[in-house]
Amino acid sequence: MLAKRIIPCLDVQGGETVKGTCFVNLRSAGDPVELGRLYSEQGADELVFLDITASHEGRKTFTSVVRRVAAAVNIPFTVGGGVNELGDVERLLAAGADKVSLNSAALREPRLIDEISTRFGAQVCVLAIDARQEADGHWQCYINGGRVPVGRDLFDWAHEAQERGAGEILFTSMNHDGVKTGFANDALAALSASLSIPVIASGGAGAMSHFRDAFSVGRADAALAASVFHFGEIAIPALKEYLRKENINVRI
Amino acid sequence: MSVAIVKYNAGNIRSVVLALRRLGVEPLLTDDPRQLAAADKVLFPGQGEASHVMAYLREHKLDEVILSLRQPVLGICIGQQLLCARSAEGDVDCLGIFDVPVERLIPQERQQKVPHMGWNSLTSVTSPLFAGISDGEYVYYVHSYYVPLCQWTVAVTDYIQPFSAALRRENFYATQFHPEKSGGVGERILRNFLQM
Repeated sequence: MLAKRIIPCLDVQGGETVKGTCFVNLRSAGDPVELGRLYSEQGADELVFLDITASHEGRKTFTSVVRRVAAAVNIPFTVGGGVNELGDVERLLAAGADKVSLNSAALREPRLIDEISTRFGAQVCVLAIDARQEADGHWQCYINGGRVPVGRDLFDWAHEAQERGAGEILFTSMNHDGVKTGFANDALAALSASLSIPVIASGGAGAMSHFRDAFSVGRADAALAASVFHFGEIAIPALKEYLRKENINVRI
Repeated sequence: MSVAIVKYNAGNIRSVVLALRRLGVEPLLTDDPRQLAAADKVLFPGQGEASHVMAYLREHKLDEVILSLRQPVLGICIGQQLLCARSAEGDVDCLGIFDVPVERLIPQERQQKVPHMGWNSLTSVTSPLFAGISDGEYVYYVHSYYVPLCQWTVAVTDYIQPFSAALRRENFYATQFHPEKSGGVGERILRNFLQM
């Protein structure tokens, strides 16, 4: 049976790992390559590395991090942040990434999804969506690290991305991110029911039961988290033992 | 020990090179028939579209070279599929080491997604390739086509239906999954192959 995936996410700035709380207040948590290898040894199923530097110089540093990760790590990994055009995807895949996630650029230019999917295969193309549930209850997409609302509905955009050839949807709930009270399970369940591609839950992990709920209630295919892993609040081996006891199929 | 990787127009060969380096082996990436024939082990990995890749292999006479190899050969992913009789992907005749056709994965219910992507478990493992690996271990998959169960099957994975996770016939071994991305289990499989 296909296992549910646990995915630590590493935000990288200037070659170092950092973690944002509600997209601000960065705290450093070490070397991304060493941390990635550690997670892999502990049983992470996949890794995500996000380049949170926007500068040209930062991009070069990040590409060299990707190259070092590819040499050191024996599980699949996704990279993202600052992916604006096909050339960025080509550069990151050539550096050894298995998948590339795109976010703002796809909302600005949706055809980018078709181009990546046609050129490199749907499995390479992870569409990241940052969305917030507004006061009226509907889920609106945001770009530029959650700073700019774009008046686009989460479900509508996820469906379009799937039709254009996205291989997976990485959905971050801005309401839940950094708050550690659990994932956005209702929205996840609705997404999962309406899509035929895998959904990765992101934003809100604070306890092991939150992962269980993202899989059992939210019907997510994978769950992504950062700080609970980086600061040792949840250890991956213990999390997987817990999930298996809760009848969630995970790789141990 | 010399290890060669068949150089052709498939993607994702670099990750196999890096995996072998982690095991202390520096592989030679080559399409030279003499270098391939002389290697102690040959790997035939990659991702790509079957008919497209087969056309390239024929054009460069690599089909004859691969069929003539007598040392241990390991096909990975599209490499496994190309070693079979024919593929539904592009409806193309393949190399025919394993006389079984490659079929397309067709979802039977909504929760079954194609491509089959992620970690899935192995059962009925029976080859020296899996020495030290027990039933229930997980390996990493990304594929939309599969090899049905057949007399050459040496490991099984169940997704939509049970299919050949791995095949073996004489010196030819093949896996549908990616050992180079399958963590410690994948490293063990690659090491087993290198030690044959």
